[in-house]
Amino acid sequence: MAFSDMMSYNSMKQPLQDYQAPNQLHFNPYDFNGGTILAIAGEDYALIATDTRLSQGFSIHSHDNPKTYPLSSKTVLGCCGFHGDVLTLTKVISARLQIFEKDHNKQMPTSSVAAMLSTILYYRRFFPYYTHNLVAGLDDDGKGCVYSFDPVGSYEREVFRAKGSASSMLQPLLDNQIGGKNQQGYVAQPLPLERCVTLVKDVFTSAAERDIYTGDSVQISIITKDGIKNERFPLRRD
Amino acid sequence: MAALCAEPPKGGFSFENCARDRHQAGQIPFPLARYITYKTTHHSIGWGECTHTQKNTNDNVHMDGVVLGADTRATEDTVVADKNCAKIHYLSDNIYCCGAGTAADTEMTTQLISAELELHRLNTGRIPRVGTANRLLKQMLFRYQGYIGAALVLGGVDTTGPSLYSIWPHGSTDKLPYVTMGSGSLAAMAVFEDGFKPDMTREEAMKLVRDAIAAGIFNDLGSGSNIDLCVITQGKVEYIRPHEIANQKGVKQGKYLYKRGTTGVLSTEVKKVEFDIIGTEIRRHQPMETQ
Amino acid sequence: MALSGMFGRDGPGPLWGGGPTPGLFYNFPGSRNTSGMEAKQVTQSPVVTGSSVLGLQFKGGVIIAADMLGSYGSLARYRNCPRLLKVNDTTVIGAAGDYADFQHLSSAIEQRVIDEECMNDGFAYTPTSLHCWLTRVLYNRRCQFNPFWNTYIVAGLENDQPYLGYVDKIGMAYEAPSLACGFGAYLALPIIRDTMDKKGELTKEEAVDLIDRCMKLLYYRDARSLNKYQLAIITKDGVDLRGPIVSETNWEIAHMIKGYE
Repeated sequence: MAFSDMMSYNSMKQPLQDYQAPNQLHFNPYDFNGGTILAIAGEDYALIATDTRLSQGFSIHSHDNPKTYPLSSKTVLGCCGFHGDVLTLTKVISARLQIFEKDHNKQMPTSSVAAMLSTILYYRRFFPYYTHNLVAGLDDDGKGCVYSFDPVGSYEREVFRAKGSASSMLQPLLDNQIGGKNQQGYVAQPLPLERCVTLVKDVFTSAAERDIYTGDSVQISIITKDGIKNERFPLRRD
Repeated sequence: MAALCAEPPKGGFSFENCARDRHQAGQIPFPLARYITYKTTHHSIGWGECTHTQKNTNDNVHMDGVVLGADTRATEDTVVADKNCAKIHYLSDNIYCCGAGTAADTEMTTQLISAELELHRLNTGRIPRVGTANRLLKQMLFRYQGYIGAALVLGGVDTTGPSLYSIWPHGSTDKLPYVTMGSGSLAAMAVFEDGFKPDMTREEAMKLVRDAIAAGIFNDLGSGSNIDLCVITQGKVEYIRPHEIANQKGVKQGKYLYKRGTTGVLSTEVKKVEFDIIGTEIRRHQPMETQ
Repeated sequence: MALSGMFGRDGPGPLWGGGPTPGLFYNFPGSRNTSGMEAKQVTQSPVVTGSSVLGLQFKGGVIIAADMLGSYGSLARYRNCPRLLKVNDTTVIGAAGDYADFQHLSSAIEQRVIDEECMNDGFAYTPTSLHCWLTRVLYNRRCQFNPFWNTYIVAGLENDQPYLGYVDKIGMAYEAPSLACGFGAYLALPIIRDTMDKKGELTKEEAVDLIDRCMKLLYYRDARSLNKYQLAIITKDGVDLRGPIVSETNWEIAHMIKGYE
């Protein structure tokens, strides 16, 4: 047999064979479980909000599944997309954070969490985590910061960002209301926390009207130097 | 037209040679058959799918009438296209039809059959039967081989009493005491299987249909908003829209009024307009809805 | 993109009959494939399958149920397949999907339970830990494109609190007060959610009644189900595994149906 040499070579190196032989694809390893996340950086706070619906196709799996994950006392991760990858990714991150804490005897700063997340995501460049990520928290100066990621690890620091199923509905409104886009004579000024919370509730209320994957309730996490405070606000349930 | 027909008739009488015979008998000049070749251009049209999927229609027979029900959500993919659409369509004074599937197909199909039923009524002088509507619908849908994406629930009352059908896009029909169609049909059918009794009162039947639609609204993402009902009994139709607002719209917390001058002015030109005052009228200012 | 723009979806077409297509890879006739090895087929489709599993929490416990049919495609092949596995006195799992994969994982779990017991350190599987473990196993297999073709529902008591968890073959997992998989997610879950919303916390008897209503409903409408089911009730008194249960059905309305027109 012409391939016998190659076969014996490979049988000696079992893992290589597994690696090289193409596997026939019969099933779809991905799914989309909906959900919308949104983060805003303020002067001395950061805010991250998520709806609590977990869905698949036309059915609702859970009415109470917020997609934000507290990573430390001043960093929260927002993560939605394929929930299987979300679970794995959040587990990997918390393991890495624990290792960091044991090694350095301090919590990882938000900017480093973001840099680490980028490498974790790119590590799976050719079998990506199908997740949309936001990291919100306080930076080393105590100012609010938001980092947004694409599924394979490209990231940048931003002031406000929406991700997930209704992101295309939320982002233009934030661009206008916080970014002052399409407003002549707009003078940028710091956004007070109360107005920020009100705005978040309203954009989620609007998203729930039109996006079938956003609803049930919205959970808002506010990160300040005193820690993380959570707040719930009801949305449409249909 | 017969002279231009390229295919010979297959059987029956042929009158093809009559003209020739009459010509030979010296009666009429013989017409020259001319075959005209048409050059046709086939345009391929991009078949972008524009589907408002209407979902979840349901209903239920009871002793002397039928109750039809529907939610009011129409979707385009994952976006809600219409939050309060009417999915219970008029066919005739005694027959209504709920439509799920492609919105345009359910609307046009029911309009077409409604017109046919009216002509049928005028021709026969009788109130159309539900069975007639069923047959017209299924024959039309079968002719289109499923390409008309209309999944219908047909209900009405005629001389034979109340009856209820489900009609599938390919043209098959079921005649049953309770039927459901659309994306929320499983949730709704679960409620029917759980709660249906053969001899229900009008109120019981309405409650059951309400519960079935509500099950679809809260468990199926393709269904949502309000509940519409249509109760048809002998000589009476009650179209209740909405029967229940199952989901209240969220209330805005903030105010979003823009300061004057927010919209940029690129250029200004003032022109004097000559006018005469013919009359004056004072109208109350109607504020624009901004919610 | 450029190809589809110029030549339509199938590209420019081969240079000669059966020959290479410009811009695409070409495999010589008779060769196996580009890597020189046979494609390793890993993912079968499920063979003998189970349909729905239902689970719900009530005051002081959890209840889980599954019918006993093992379908072979559309054939109702095995009519006595238990799909619930008692792991220990606080944990039961129910499986839908491929029955062989379930049996394989069952023996793996049983062995791990024995191993844990041999340690004699007072630790045992809790519903949470088993659910977490299952999530990792199923996610790991999906990443190898060789999934365990199952959906699992883990029911039990964690520190005397009811616990109910869901995992599917791609590692999607969550917890909820009521769960269903397969057709049950479409047919039974609306009824369960509605009842639990209206009544608040159910008693054990109400929960058993609700499960029976739902299993009956699934028997009426799910063509891959059977009117013979098992039920496990997990309370602080341990696991009460009941069955096979045959529920009373009603075909009264069948006589109301005459013809199709």
